[in-house]
Amino acid sequence: MNMIKRFKVSFSKIFNKLFKKKGACIGIYGPPNAGKTTLSNRILRDWVGAEETMGSVSHIAHETRHAKRRNAVAIEANGHTISLDIVDTPGLATKIDFHDFMEQGLSDVESKKRSKEATEGVIEAVKWLDDLDGVILVMDSTENPYTQVNVTVIGNMEARNLPLLIVANKVDLPNADPAVIKEAFPQHPMVPVSALEGIGMDSFYEALAKQFG
Amino acid sequence: MQGIQLDLISEAKISQMASMEKVRYIIDEVRKGKILVLEKGLNPMEEAKLIEMTMSAIQPDVFSGIEMQSYPANADTSLLGKFFKKQSSKRLTVIGPANQLKTLKKDRNLISALVSASK
Repeated sequence: MNMIKRFKVSFSKIFNKLFKKKGACIGIYGPPNAGKTTLSNRILRDWVGAEETMGSVSHIAHETRHAKRRNAVAIEANGHTISLDIVDTPGLATKIDFHDFMEQGLSDVESKKRSKEATEGVIEAVKWLDDLDGVILVMDSTENPYTQVNVTVIGNMEARNLPLLIVANKVDLPNADPAVIKEAFPQHPMVPVSALEGIGMDSFYEALAKQFG
Repeated sequence: MQGIQLDLISEAKISQMASMEKVRYIIDEVRKGKILVLEKGLNPMEEAKLIEMTMSAIQPDVFSGIEMQSYPANADTSLLGKFFKKQSSKRLTVIGPANQLKTLKKDRNLISALVSASK
């Protein structure tokens, strides 16, 4: 990003802070099955109400195939209340093969339909990158973090000079290793959590307020 | 002799193209079954565009997408690096058809991949 563009972004941030722009728009990104919707649901359950969910979750990849937005989620942390618009995005991928869904027990027709919708979902997720104020990048801490999706999302946030918070999810699993994620991307803050079990959420909200508040 | 075509593309060749040209070129070549190794990869916006266009090109039983791997950017965690937020440099990138190129191992400085002739 050139100096003029960077200056514009910085000026815009200062302007927004001075005039209290409401509800920074934060996208939840990551590869399929990293736990993005589980984290979104946990945030809504903690701050909006037990009956609110962002979407359904499944062990079959690409369960979320359309981005979903929840405006004005008020989160209390570090002695402040911040208001965020949260966008749960479909899992990013560079390949989608309907045979993978058939191996999970879906029929040929269901698999092809899911595959088509998943490709549309990825396109939607990529387009959302242009309209966000920051990103929560969810990684599965039982998996290798050096995936192209992670590299591309982080690169996009760095190029746009926008804040990023890495969430090392699934730390409740025995083979979880969040330290590997920290080692892979040391230039960004990282919080280990289990969105499913609610582990590490206080630290997550503190980091969220620090990054996006 | 049967085999898989591997194209090693110099920075000079790719830098002459506009972003959309690069993305179009990569998708067209990969759809022909070629493996591309870019001396200097795409910038993050171009990588996102490539993902987007790949999704549009996916067709059941014809093309299931791409395998793309590049090294993560070298992080400058020094105080000066954080202050100036220096733009990360592009690094070597390997791209191929998802049904013929499989990543075996990847870390900060190594990409190990298996290339298969059978689709």
